Amino acid sequence: MAHSTFAINPRWPGGIVAGLVLALTLGTLCAVAIRAEFQTGFGAADWAAVRFTVSQAFVSALFSCLLAIPVARALARRQFRGRSALITLLGAPFLLPVIVAVLGLVMVFGRNGLLNDAFGLVGLPEISIYGFHGVVLAHVFFNMPLVTRLVLQGWLSVPSERFRLAASLNAPVGRLIEWPMLRTVLPSAFLVVFLICLTSFAVALTLGGGPKATTVELAIYQSLRFDFDLGRAALLALVQFVICASAAIVAWKVTSPDGSGAGLDRAVQRWDGGAKRDVLVIFLAATFLALPLGMIILRGATEVLSLPTDIWKAALRSAIVAVFSSALSTVMALALALRAGRLAAVSGGLPLAASSLVIGTGLFLLVYPFVNPAKLALPITMLVNAVLALPFVLRAMAPAVAKIETDFGRLAISLGMSQQTWIWGVVLPRLKGPIGFGAGLAAALSMGDLGVIALFAGDGQETLPLAMYRLMGAYKMDAAAGAALLLLTISLGVFWVCDRGGRTVADF
Amino acid sequence: MQKPLILTAAAAFTLATPAIAETPVLTVLTYDSFTSEWGPGPAVEAAFEETCGCDLQFVGAGDGAALLARLQLEGPSTEADIVLGLDTNLTAAARETGLFAPHGVSADLTLPIAWEDDEFMPFDWGYFAFVANKGAKAPNSLRALADSDTKIVIQDPRSSTPGLGLLMWVQAAYGNDAGALWADLADNILTVTPGWTEAYGLFLEGEADAVLSYTTSPAYHLIAEEDDSKVAWPFDEGHYMQVEVAGKVAGTDQPDLANAFMAFITSEAFQSIIPTTNWMYPAVTPADGLPAGFETLITPAKALLLSPEDALASRPAALDAWRTALSQ
Repeated sequence: MAHSTFAINPRWPGGIVAGLVLALTLGTLCAVAIRAEFQTGFGAADWAAVRFTVSQAFVSALFSCLLAIPVARALARRQFRGRSALITLLGAPFLLPVIVAVLGLVMVFGRNGLLNDAFGLVGLPEISIYGFHGVVLAHVFFNMPLVTRLVLQGWLSVPSERFRLAASLNAPVGRLIEWPMLRTVLPSAFLVVFLICLTSFAVALTLGGGPKATTVELAIYQSLRFDFDLGRAALLALVQFVICASAAIVAWKVTSPDGSGAGLDRAVQRWDGGAKRDVLVIFLAATFLALPLGMIILRGATEVLSLPTDIWKAALRSAIVAVFSSALSTVMALALALRAGRLAAVSGGLPLAASSLVIGTGLFLLVYPFVNPAKLALPITMLVNAVLALPFVLRAMAPAVAKIETDFGRLAISLGMSQQTWIWGVVLPRLKGPIGFGAGLAAALSMGDLGVIALFAGDGQETLPLAMYRLMGAYKMDAAAGAALLLLTISLGVFWVCDRGGRTVADF
Repeated sequence: MQKPLILTAAAAFTLATPAIAETPVLTVLTYDSFTSEWGPGPAVEAAFEETCGCDLQFVGAGDGAALLARLQLEGPSTEADIVLGLDTNLTAAARETGLFAPHGVSADLTLPIAWEDDEFMPFDWGYFAFVANKGAKAPNSLRALADSDTKIVIQDPRSSTPGLGLLMWVQAAYGNDAGALWADLADNILTVTPGWTEAYGLFLEGEADAVLSYTTSPAYHLIAEEDDSKVAWPFDEGHYMQVEVAGKVAGTDQPDLANAFMAFITSEAFQSIIPTTNWMYPAVTPADGLPAGFETLITPAKALLLSPEDALASRPAALDAWRTALSQ
């Protein structure tokens, strides 16, 4: 990404954002480390946790990407009724609170789930979701749709002139157009999924079947909550950063910049075949996503209207936090995308490597001497959610910004265009799609995130996910299922509104 | 609350000082589910405020373990006057912080064990137990469970207080043979979840035959949902207890109110709220007895409980044995 350094993009806003991200990730880690008394070293169990963490994240990311390619390709090539709805639905698994998604998966793939019921009918042996493969299955369910969206963006950003040319020359589309496009999009998508899976611990533990499935993040959780061993937590968080950094370096090395020239900004038309296979792929992917979601909807449908008023208040509170953190995240991502370069790339990836528990604890230590943290619960949640969503929003925006710069930057400079005209007249209109997608993602992520609020919230500040957990904690699983459906509906709603707003131009 | 949210947020940024209140404020740090709308919190607050001439404020922080971590993060400058919701697996570590003062309360507790702790006062208690559907084949001991092909869901002792309770249960019942029991139990464990919520959710979805919870869990289903299909399995080795306690913070700026609250904890008004909101046994059985439905619960023949000091000291080795046995 270091190739783009046109003077026309403003660089200082990106610098400010990078500083903020560094403060929230590494700064909070330092705050924890400073308070710590270092006593415990790194034991054999910790190395086992590191090995498991890395291997499950690698396999999960690999499968998410491999499976996403045919789905994105099929979606890029076919127009059909419900395509738009399906693309919106691709956002859904990613936005669900972990426990809801896990229960949804279990209702389909579990011992008592649909699949085993069907297997039982035709006399096949029972399959178990618990184990390494279960962890990978859940991570693919969460992340394959995200990769599909990212790769789909890549496919749709290929100028249609190239496909015309390829068609008229009867040239191999795959090798000449699609493979180079994938080389620019896939490494960063792989990295994102790898990092998400690296820091997820509830999925790994719940479906992993036992302490073999211990991740570094669980060890951090244990150190902070049970042992109050801040030094160990800081050390483990550092290990997590190192793993993430190594992965990021590898991803950059294999990324190749897109340099095949601009088109006329027209929508893609394709002449190559494969209709039957595309239909099958889309059907399979849609089923894989829709079944667990459908179970969640069925489970909550009867409860959602009889939810207590406090849940609706929590929903409104969550929605307000989501709107603000989405706006903040979008602006920050734009600033970083315009700055480009190494600093932007690092700060756009750091939040993924951070443990939200360490961020929360660090912030708590920083804030506590000055003000009661409960008073700042919602603003802090807004800020942290915005920063945590930043990598995704940036991922959606950065390739498009870089491309606009390569395609039109020289022209703009030769015309003596002002920075203002460049941003408002050239960049933003072309960014509508990615901005809509990114803002929707950020808003929905914020809606579903339990995050730091659990550490800070006092009376009357609970967000919807927290309220849902509290319902479950009070045995009220049915009401919680209703709250989960409400959460899913609102998350998808905000995602759809933003995404739709952007897509009207970018993708008809 | 919801509409002026933005204003509140703005105010929070500018006004770092708490609102000046006429009435003194007593701050009680407790776990989330105690203070939630469905927990004992609201009723306890109303009952105490009737008599204290004060404003009782709950601050919720995760579960019992998170509560202690929160207190340690805040240190001596904590605003909390009372900490409510630690259990005996945590009190030794809590005592070591030196943040607690003697409670000075004497009460006729109805615990199945003698209670001698001058810093921590029990407010409720329960027995850990495996909860299952009525009619499922019920093992009558941990050993029988380990030898059966029953599938259970348990919680991770590194992230959950019930999970830690089971670890201590096996430790208290089997001592040096705990590792062997875990090894035999390994193939019964469908999965290990980070917290009680995930485990109980999986059980209710029909994933497992039984889940580690409390002997009082069936009371919730019976009383709140009129569903008598859940039972707790009585085990011959005895059942490990969870005793939930409260303590007075030594540096409290409201010593009189804090003392009044510590005394209030064992009063009829507080104790009668506990059974059907926290779904545990009250530390002092109310004069009218327990709510209808509690008489259907099993009463373990033997109560197991390690002293706080033993629980803390045996935890690392017990965790190692657990992890080794279950990682095979």
